[in-house]
Amino acid sequence: MSKQEYILEAEGICKYYRMGAAEVRVLKGVDLAVKKGEFLAIVGASGSGKSTLLHILGALDGADKGTVRFEGRNLSEAGERELNRFRNKMVGFVFQFYHLLDELNVLENVLLPAMAGTGIVGWLGKRRAAKKRAKELLSEVGLNKRANHKPYQLSGGERQRTAIARALMNEPKILLVDEPTGNLDSETGNGILRIFEKLNSAGETIVMVTHDDTIAQRAGRIMTLADGKIEHRHTR
Amino acid sequence: MYKIILPFRYLFRKRISYLALVAVALCVFIVFVVMTVMTELVNDFKQKNHSFVGDCIVGTESLVGFAYYEDFMKILEQADFIEAVSAAVKSYALINAKGSQRSIGVEIMGIDPVRHSLATSFGETLHYNKNDVSRTFKPSYDPNLTGCVVGIDLWLGRNAKGQYTYAVSPEKQALNISCFPLTPKGALAKAGAGETDTRTFYYSDISHSGLARVDSSFVYLPLEQAQSLCGMDRPAKRASAIHIRFRPNTKPEAGCEKVTLLWQQFVRENKESAELLDAVKVQSWKDYRRPFIAAMEKEQTMLTAMFVFVGVTTVFIVFVVFYMIISHKSKDIGILKSVGIPNRNILTLFLCFASWIGVLGSAIGAAAGWRFLVHINQIEDWLFEHFGFQLWDRTIYAIGDIPNQIEFKLLAVIILSAIAACLIGALVPSWRAARLKPVETLQVSQL
Repeated sequence: MSKQEYILEAEGICKYYRMGAAEVRVLKGVDLAVKKGEFLAIVGASGSGKSTLLHILGALDGADKGTVRFEGRNLSEAGERELNRFRNKMVGFVFQFYHLLDELNVLENVLLPAMAGTGIVGWLGKRRAAKKRAKELLSEVGLNKRANHKPYQLSGGERQRTAIARALMNEPKILLVDEPTGNLDSETGNGILRIFEKLNSAGETIVMVTHDDTIAQRAGRIMTLADGKIEHRHTR
Repeated sequence: MYKIILPFRYLFRKRISYLALVAVALCVFIVFVVMTVMTELVNDFKQKNHSFVGDCIVGTESLVGFAYYEDFMKILEQADFIEAVSAAVKSYALINAKGSQRSIGVEIMGIDPVRHSLATSFGETLHYNKNDVSRTFKPSYDPNLTGCVVGIDLWLGRNAKGQYTYAVSPEKQALNISCFPLTPKGALAKAGAGETDTRTFYYSDISHSGLARVDSSFVYLPLEQAQSLCGMDRPAKRASAIHIRFRPNTKPEAGCEKVTLLWQQFVRENKESAELLDAVKVQSWKDYRRPFIAAMEKEQTMLTAMFVFVGVTTVFIVFVVFYMIISHKSKDIGILKSVGIPNRNILTLFLCFASWIGVLGSAIGAAAGWRFLVHINQIEDWLFEHFGFQLWDRTIYAIGDIPNQIEFKLLAVIILSAIAACLIGALVPSWRAARLKPVETLQVSQL
């Protein structure tokens, strides 16, 4: 496979935290590469550094050592402006705790990435198209009747579906998903995973971290993170 | 767009925001009401002083006055920037009502009422002869008698609401006025047993200048009579001051400078013959009344300084409120950053929030202050009727209604200051919010 086919590559990623006098080495040189259209699951026990790795891949955090390349561009060399654009346009995050804004309704939460990428004047021009897309996404995740509800009026599954719709709003090239079913019952969790499978089959690249092997089985490729390194690779 | 929606929602969904809103509204209300009343009082006091003195005064503090004032008045009358001039004699005297054993000390002021009303607003202060000042010293009950005008607080008492009760016409009352006539050198003009000169004047009118000290201690007499009483009619006529009113298009400072030049030239030309001219000063009305005005201005300055502390308190309240809000909203900051919102927009968002608090708090405070000021006198009347409370005891202070004229410039300054205080108070917490790392706020342990 040529290098150009990898949308996301990580080489020698290290991350250390200081806890008092001691230094905790969370990631000790992680290498991974994600192909365009791939559904990759990273499995690991709690505290193994899965979420940290995902945050580094999505430029929410920086690595102490190593490089992350997105479509060949080294993110550690990117400026603040480029990183903001990357987080807004290229990547969509789905978190375990949904992370919706309580003050906004479902539709406004989904519209947030579109609003973030434009000023007030620009927003007036694209508002109609953005709302149309947000409503389509809500319809896809089965929440078209919940558009005007506040997050506290939704169930866990509905909140997670709202978060997925938000992550997809700006048509990102990659979805980074952190324990998407960790807070849901198995049936609701299955529904969420089916959405990811559907998105992947439509061509979306997904990187998902989970501690649950059963959930990881739904991905096309599985990597195991243990002791700060990728230990085991398995392709379904 | 989120920079408008989110701050607005934070404002109404976060109860702690109401604390900041109420703090700003209260501060604006207090500052607006107190500053309006105080500013109006100071302006009113200045205006009354201006009316009392005229635009400019050429005078001396010496009780012997200065000679050749008539010559200088002629020079002034020829100047194109001068509207009117009026000579005045000022001294101290004892006054007692005929038949009474009680004498009180007063300041006497000898004037020509017609000229003085042109140079100052003396005519407007009269009660009975306002429309014909030439009759000021002609008592209505007997115009052949020599009249005198008495400061209102020497003659009438005020009721609890600060109102005077006037008689339909002045009642006949003889007043003995005793003075010590002085020579130009300052010695008593009459040696021996008859040192004082006592004359009888008849109450013809009252003067209400609105200046407490003037209204409670001044008695106005005809110029020639006052000169004679004070010994200023010999060997040459002397006066204590010349009051000047400039033409409307003349700026007071420029007018005073021109009068100063004319006076300096006059002194040079009369150095040999005129005594006491060196003690004469040319002053604007403001400089002449400085000792009185300065006290009021000092109070206003102190009040402004106190309000600066009120402003600092507002800044601190806003700071604390924002610090708490941002601590509670750190997850939101992480979410916003995860969708690519830059640090400066996070800063703008929270400063927008602070602006909303400033604008709404100011609007509430200004509206409440406005309404309060419009009804302030009715409120005071109601409080007085039901609880006997008055802001000022009208039997003591020469204040009628509480001044409540809205000054839009003052209001604009207060509102802008309130918004600025909110922005200053919110700046540090907002900057801290903008610097938060998204991973720190989105970690499970932070939720």
